[in-house]
Amino acid sequence: MAGMIGSPVKRKEDPRLITGNGYFTDDIKLPGMLYGTFLRSPHAHAVIKRIDASKARAFPGVAAVFTAAELADKMKAVPAMWFLPGCELKPKDRPALAADKVRYVGETIAFVVAKDRYVAKDALDLIEVDYEVLSAAVQQEQAMQEGAPQLFDDVPGNLALLWKAGEIPDEVFEQAEVVIKERFYNQRVVPNPMETRAAVAQYNPGGGEMTIWCTSQNPHIHRMIYADVLGIPESKLRIIAPDVGGGFGSKIATYSEEAVVACAARELKCPVKWVEERKEHFQATTHGRDEVIEVELAGKTDGTLTALRVKNTANLGAYLSTFGAGCPTIDFGLMVTGAYKIPQAAVVTYGVYTNTTPTDAYRGAGKPEATYQIERAIDLFADKIGMDPVEVRRINFVPKEAFPYGNAMGVTYDSGDYHLTLDKALEMLDYQALREEQEELRAQGRLVGIGFSTYVELCGFGPSAVAGAIGFQGGVWENSTVRVHPSGKVTVFTGTSPHGQGTATSFSQVVAEKLGIPIEDIELVHSDTQSVSMGWGTYGSRATAVGGAAVSIAADRVVEKAKKIAAHELETTVEEIDFTAGIFRVKGDPDRQRTFQEIAKSANFAWNLPPGVEPSLEGQSFFDPANFVYPFGTHICVVEVDAQTGEVFLMRYIAVDDVGRVINPLLAEGQVHGGIAQGVGQALWEGAVYDENGQLLSGTFMDYTMPKARFFPMIESAFTETLSPVNPLGAKGVGETGTTAAPPAVVNAVMDALKPFGVKNLDMPLTPQKVWRAIQNGREKQ
Amino acid sequence: MIPNQFSYVRAESIDEAIRLLHESNGEGKLLAGGHSLIPLMKFRLTTPSTLIDIGHLSELRGVRKAENRLVIGALTTHREVHSHPLVQEHLPVLAKAAGQIGDLQVRNRGTIGGNLAHADPAADLPAVALALDAMLEIQGEDGAEIASVDGFFLGPLVTALPDTSILTSVSFLIPPAHAKSTYLKYAHPASGYAVVGVCAIAAKDPDGAVEFIRIAINGVADVAYHCVAVEQKLQGQLPTEETIREAALLAAEDGEIGSDHFASEEYRRHLCSVYTERALRDLLL
Repeated sequence: MAGMIGSPVKRKEDPRLITGNGYFTDDIKLPGMLYGTFLRSPHAHAVIKRIDASKARAFPGVAAVFTAAELADKMKAVPAMWFLPGCELKPKDRPALAADKVRYVGETIAFVVAKDRYVAKDALDLIEVDYEVLSAAVQQEQAMQEGAPQLFDDVPGNLALLWKAGEIPDEVFEQAEVVIKERFYNQRVVPNPMETRAAVAQYNPGGGEMTIWCTSQNPHIHRMIYADVLGIPESKLRIIAPDVGGGFGSKIATYSEEAVVACAARELKCPVKWVEERKEHFQATTHGRDEVIEVELAGKTDGTLTALRVKNTANLGAYLSTFGAGCPTIDFGLMVTGAYKIPQAAVVTYGVYTNTTPTDAYRGAGKPEATYQIERAIDLFADKIGMDPVEVRRINFVPKEAFPYGNAMGVTYDSGDYHLTLDKALEMLDYQALREEQEELRAQGRLVGIGFSTYVELCGFGPSAVAGAIGFQGGVWENSTVRVHPSGKVTVFTGTSPHGQGTATSFSQVVAEKLGIPIEDIELVHSDTQSVSMGWGTYGSRATAVGGAAVSIAADRVVEKAKKIAAHELETTVEEIDFTAGIFRVKGDPDRQRTFQEIAKSANFAWNLPPGVEPSLEGQSFFDPANFVYPFGTHICVVEVDAQTGEVFLMRYIAVDDVGRVINPLLAEGQVHGGIAQGVGQALWEGAVYDENGQLLSGTFMDYTMPKARFFPMIESAFTETLSPVNPLGAKGVGETGTTAAPPAVVNAVMDALKPFGVKNLDMPLTPQKVWRAIQNGREKQ
Repeated sequence: MIPNQFSYVRAESIDEAIRLLHESNGEGKLLAGGHSLIPLMKFRLTTPSTLIDIGHLSELRGVRKAENRLVIGALTTHREVHSHPLVQEHLPVLAKAAGQIGDLQVRNRGTIGGNLAHADPAADLPAVALALDAMLEIQGEDGAEIASVDGFFLGPLVTALPDTSILTSVSFLIPPAHAKSTYLKYAHPASGYAVVGVCAIAAKDPDGAVEFIRIAINGVADVAYHCVAVEQKLQGQLPTEETIREAALLAAEDGEIGSDHFASEEYRRHLCSVYTERALRDLLL
């Protein structure tokens, strides 16, 4: 159907999901299925002296209790899959179950399997563990200090990695006209998708096949890792991610729990289910961010930026998680210069083990941290030279003519027009009028602030050769098969693994446009390693730019073959066939035609195919992009701060995003809204707070503030379309724009509001108490 | 998030519920709306052996006027309290506070008696009950007695209610007809519970002086408290911006102000003053 790409089609997924007919991992019930639950460490750092599970094993209804001893020769520890070269990386795998030491609150110690989850939970309380509690290393800078508690004997100073890129001599900063030095803490957040993690495993002792249903953003990666961990060939290991209720990066990672569930199913020869409780999720699923970022930004009084030097001290948690090494290094470091032509840049990252939950990718993974530091620093720079922050941005933007643009860190931005989104956003805001209003309100004692974020991010992970060069243990291409059935109905197979994005709708739109068939005739198959030959999953805003591109190419290949068959039937040449809106016509003789459905039947029946053309109608693509894609945009936040209580209220939020070709504006806007909510959540409310003993204080929804709809004004969203040259759709990525752009937009707005009190920097989350105290301090100084 | 094993009994009368409480040797818990109890059980923070369900006892439900008081059955839901014409007419501040509890689902299930008996210090009703001089009807093995809410809250989740007794109804004093009242709440952004919740009721005499004033605060301290210092400061005074501000500075005087990672003691004290000042300005200026 022409015009499908770019059309606001409603989500195909919704009727099923909103009528309660979703099929999530916890919906799976198999005959004879047992239920498991994990005993988790209450201590952040302790030696395990003794485990006695005899009472639990004797508890009626308990099938088995596994500890490290029982699993010793049954499975391996779970490794990471990003091994950065040249950074003295000391990877520490996640143990199946803790054997002699626990290293964070929530680490698994035992797995109880019972006839139902109630019995399992009661039996859990009967396991006796003696601990020798050790002091904990919690905060990364403290963990690096002399005398800090050591997590591993062979990792001195808890230093897991030291990554350096670029070097700038001190003289550059000493001799610069203007230098900004600031320390920004990008705090730790808990992903909290609506669906927590879960796994069901079924083993066939006869053939040795294992099926694991689990909450995964990338089932083929899970298969690759768990095949090795469990000692089952990939050919006998099937991973299915049924409906998945969000991930935000946390379901990229491979964890030990899912593998232990599979191991238990194999040992007991019964299906076993485990569903993570929300309280477990807070402790056991990877956290995001937690990076202390020290910035030196040099420039001239005319507003030109000249050099940027950044040090990132990243808290990796107790073990190296799947992508853990990549987030604060590659993902962060390559994007520190943001949308600006800063000629010199250098980054050093310290990755530190601590007695906390391991950290890994979280919606944006490194790019939000990179964006935060440069967008905050540029505001401080503007303030120091007394220039409007918008003007400083304009002076330093990479100009439209400069694309493809190689930034100082060595990556090439594909396309961009940064002034375009800024101009549009300013127009939506009516900037000058608002600045005047702000002055009037200030005179009345009201604190209104305007904050900007002109971001660019690196998305659509690819090509695979680059992945190899940076130590990523996998490919980053994507695969699709578009299969046309005899009726003309179509099944699309994709290696992308949607978990809430609406990909079944957007990919169907691409195929509907290409094949000229109704969207209802198209079904998407994904997230099952047995149905889809290979795939690298959904993360890093790569679904449309890489997976969608593969779908588009595969659909083109269907048309290419169908044209040959149509030409044959219509007794003409392929060159003479015009294919529009699902009809093959002979040019100049439009009455001679075949419908797509007729050709589908011809291809599958194969009664009369042209010479050299094989039966069936299927297109396939293995698409490896030539480069990353670089979406960009301008977000503007307007806040009012209650001077008495420190509460921050969002008055307006404007987002002009350029994500290349927009396949479905409704879905794109949804992604923008969700991303902004999550980004504002980090700026104002969220935060995993540990005490000095490594206890998680914000471990439930009573303490951990998720963003809520009532906290937000209507988000004003618009798009510009600067196409990407690296894929046939011209698409970039939209899923992480909000979490990347929003935190600095909000914090810049609050800092602007607090200008009368001389407040320069506060760390996220900007809780009312923190803002109030800053106002108090400012008042005292005045 | 899975509770311990427990047994469940549906009591057919108040007397039977009392008997079952007695038989459970202090291990039983009454189940009304369940919106506070069940989450605690799921965290295994409370592990009752028996749940005695009284949720369906219609005699514990409803609102009636008795002279200068409104009597509200313990099982009356927050939503019923919020929308009841008698409550809206005579105790608008109670209606307002009940409408701010949790969300609509919680208000449809949660009950006024359950809320008070649960004694969460960050709930919204303890301050209102203190300010409106609530009297609690408590039925036990030896019959019924009436107790003041002042002294009922002993600590977080701890009350003076005996193990084998049931809170059956609560009565609230109807303030003078010309009194104005408000409940101002600073809700914790995570839970929606009160970080500070100020209930204030005030009336002025024909000369403009404060002749009736009641203020109580929940959220900031281990138990809700009555702001005697603020009341004394304002009683008989002509309210001005200045007198109100000075009085509000005393808002934390009568409470044992707590602290957590979201709000320190210092910040909570400050919030008490700010919210009390805002409430009093609404009522008196």
